[in-house]
Amino acid sequence: MQVEKFYYDNRIVKQFAFATILWGVVGMLAGLLIAVQIYLPAANFGLPFTTFGRVRPVHTNAVIFAFVGNGMFMGVYYSLQRLCKARMFNDTLSKIHFWGWQLIIVLAAVTLLAGYTSGKEYAELEWPIDILIALIWIVFGINMFGTIIKRREKHLYVAIWFFIATWITVTMLHVVNSFELPFSWLKSYSFYAGVQDALVQWWYGHNAVAFFLTTPYLGIMYYFLPKAANRPVYSYRLSIIHFWALIFLYIWAGPHHLLYTALPDWAQSLGTVFSIMLIAPSWGGMLNGLFTLRGAWDKVREDPILKFMVVAITCYGMSTFEGPMLSIKSVNAITHFTDWTIAHVHVGALGWNGFLTFSILYWLIPRIYNTPLYSKKLATNHFWIGTIGIILYTIPMYWAGFTQALMWKQFTAEGTLKFQFLETVTHIIPMYITRSIGGVLYLSGVFIMVYNIYKTVKAGSLVADEAAEAPALESQAQEAHTEKHNKLYWHRWIEARPIQMLLFSLVAVAIGGILELVPTFLIKSNIPTIAAVKPYTPLELQGRDIYIREGCYLCHSQMVRPFRDEVARYGEYSKAGEFVYDHPFQWGSKRTGPDLARVGGKYPDSWHFNHMQDPQSMSPGSIMPSYTWLYENKIDTAITPAKIRAMITLGVPYAKGYDLQANADLIEQAKKIQTGLKAEKLEAGTNTEILALIAYLQRVGTDIKNAPKPTVAALTN
Amino acid sequence: MSVIIILLLASISVAALFLVAFLWSVKTGQYDDEMSPPMRMLLDSVPAKEISDPAKVESL
Repeated sequence: MQVEKFYYDNRIVKQFAFATILWGVVGMLAGLLIAVQIYLPAANFGLPFTTFGRVRPVHTNAVIFAFVGNGMFMGVYYSLQRLCKARMFNDTLSKIHFWGWQLIIVLAAVTLLAGYTSGKEYAELEWPIDILIALIWIVFGINMFGTIIKRREKHLYVAIWFFIATWITVTMLHVVNSFELPFSWLKSYSFYAGVQDALVQWWYGHNAVAFFLTTPYLGIMYYFLPKAANRPVYSYRLSIIHFWALIFLYIWAGPHHLLYTALPDWAQSLGTVFSIMLIAPSWGGMLNGLFTLRGAWDKVREDPILKFMVVAITCYGMSTFEGPMLSIKSVNAITHFTDWTIAHVHVGALGWNGFLTFSILYWLIPRIYNTPLYSKKLATNHFWIGTIGIILYTIPMYWAGFTQALMWKQFTAEGTLKFQFLETVTHIIPMYITRSIGGVLYLSGVFIMVYNIYKTVKAGSLVADEAAEAPALESQAQEAHTEKHNKLYWHRWIEARPIQMLLFSLVAVAIGGILELVPTFLIKSNIPTIAAVKPYTPLELQGRDIYIREGCYLCHSQMVRPFRDEVARYGEYSKAGEFVYDHPFQWGSKRTGPDLARVGGKYPDSWHFNHMQDPQSMSPGSIMPSYTWLYENKIDTAITPAKIRAMITLGVPYAKGYDLQANADLIEQAKKIQTGLKAEKLEAGTNTEILALIAYLQRVGTDIKNAPKPTVAALTN
Repeated sequence: MSVIIILLLASISVAALFLVAFLWSVKTGQYDDEMSPPMRMLLDSVPAKEISDPAKVESL
């Protein structure tokens, strides 16, 4: 057997490792800033790009795609080479992948802070960046599959399967959810509207958690945990079974993010059923991880790396138990829109992703630098500070979520709501403060790690190309021959059977046809089922885009669920037919502020004018930041025609040629609001953004009030 | 709700792809041996002459 000598590329692993640390610190700092802003609105600094609504997407995107993303690539590039006994397929592709991904992150941070957002959570990046992500992701794919093809180890270790599933599914999710119609170099409208947009978004959103935060990290766990503990995985068969079960189930669970919304009931139930089934494969993975340490718990006592891994896997188990529970409708009725969800995701993010990443960094950096870790003690301190941080973060958030939900639902003996919305917010502010202390502790731990790794790197020197030896795959040539033969065989089999040939052609054509037809279906189904629902006026449309730009949807939902308390507090529950012109939908997922689905006409224009300038003047104790720049910025009227044209393309029924008329209507409506404000001695500048925002807020949820009441005959039909 | 068609198509085609991958992996004997792969991954393919240096092995 001929032994081949080759070298593992450690430089690319090092680069991804350092990027992981850098973006981890950046993402967590952004998180800490917004955590403080929640109880200290002044920490928004009165600047647009430091305000909660713009920093929050920077936090989520940085932590998911920059911190965990680079962490995933670090783990994949290290383990894949060793599992395949081959260097990465192509060094240039590795470099393009690394630098391309960092470029995406920088562009993302800049555009998000500047207010360019698609308005869909965790998919906020605008269309040029979406295209760049797709390209770099394909580079990663070629590099990964290239390595797998030229491997020297026939068996694909289970971790590789997790990486393959990650790549395939993320590709699909990203392409489908990023379907958008650009109307300028940096802005676009979602191709889907209302309920449809919501369904696509949460199908994506849930699977982003599944296939970006979970499957690649499970793959990484299956490599690094046995390595760190120096013992084989508890049950290899279980790892295979839970892998295949997990990927077949995960994709259907998305609708559990939309329970009790205007999404059709059957779709909600589908999401619930699959979410509950998911507990089996998820716990299969967790138990397999923990049982791997069976008989090695004495090592855990000594080794901070294993400590991190144990807590990471335990947190994975907790959040995958909690996920199915939160997917049960009666539980979701309480937890949804509250801080419970925030606690849930942070058990996953801080515990599972964060701690697993730290453990791998501590394990891997000394190895590629050929030196022991600078200080085991500091790593242990990091572990304890981080763990206390997680506890101080999550417990207050669970408490806050549960408390607030119960307060929202509380009625007096007379049958009126017991608490104002604001009272339920001010009540949980101590919990918000404790949460941010937890965050500080967690971040302090990270800084300890940065120091420890800096010292380790200083003491060692990078083994950029690590030598390894392995025999070439036996009888490779012969295999290639059989494969060729098989291909010929299949083709002949089809050719010799005209009926099969016809069927295959039909399938091929059908796929093409469906791809062409579906967009038409989408537009057709936008024909309103509620006749009173009309497209937004140009000013309202501009106002809506400001609402999206400032990230209002991150604190305010627009979805009244059919519960007694919500109908009493906000008004009639939301109907699917109300959102047919909403590109993108703005239902939101969190109520840090009250729901806005029925805010139109609730307050006079002057209230909104004063409130946006100084929220505390209208609602004392409010934690909303002020939006002073809206009073100076002029509406970008140059873009109005392009926006209207884009909406017409998406099937919104503006009259033909309305794009040319739109600005005249916009100015007229703005003037009307301006005059109304003047009557109340409030000076608004001509065509300022605040006028557009007021116009939009006054329109939200009002169309349905103009609908004729259904007659008895209509109901019985 | 016609968007469900897109989602179903996308989800089912990915599921079909995974199914093909699964059948391939079973047919080509990927799972015939469940004992040695988890053991083998623990061993690093360090070149023979470096293994002879005990100090080196200790550091790994």
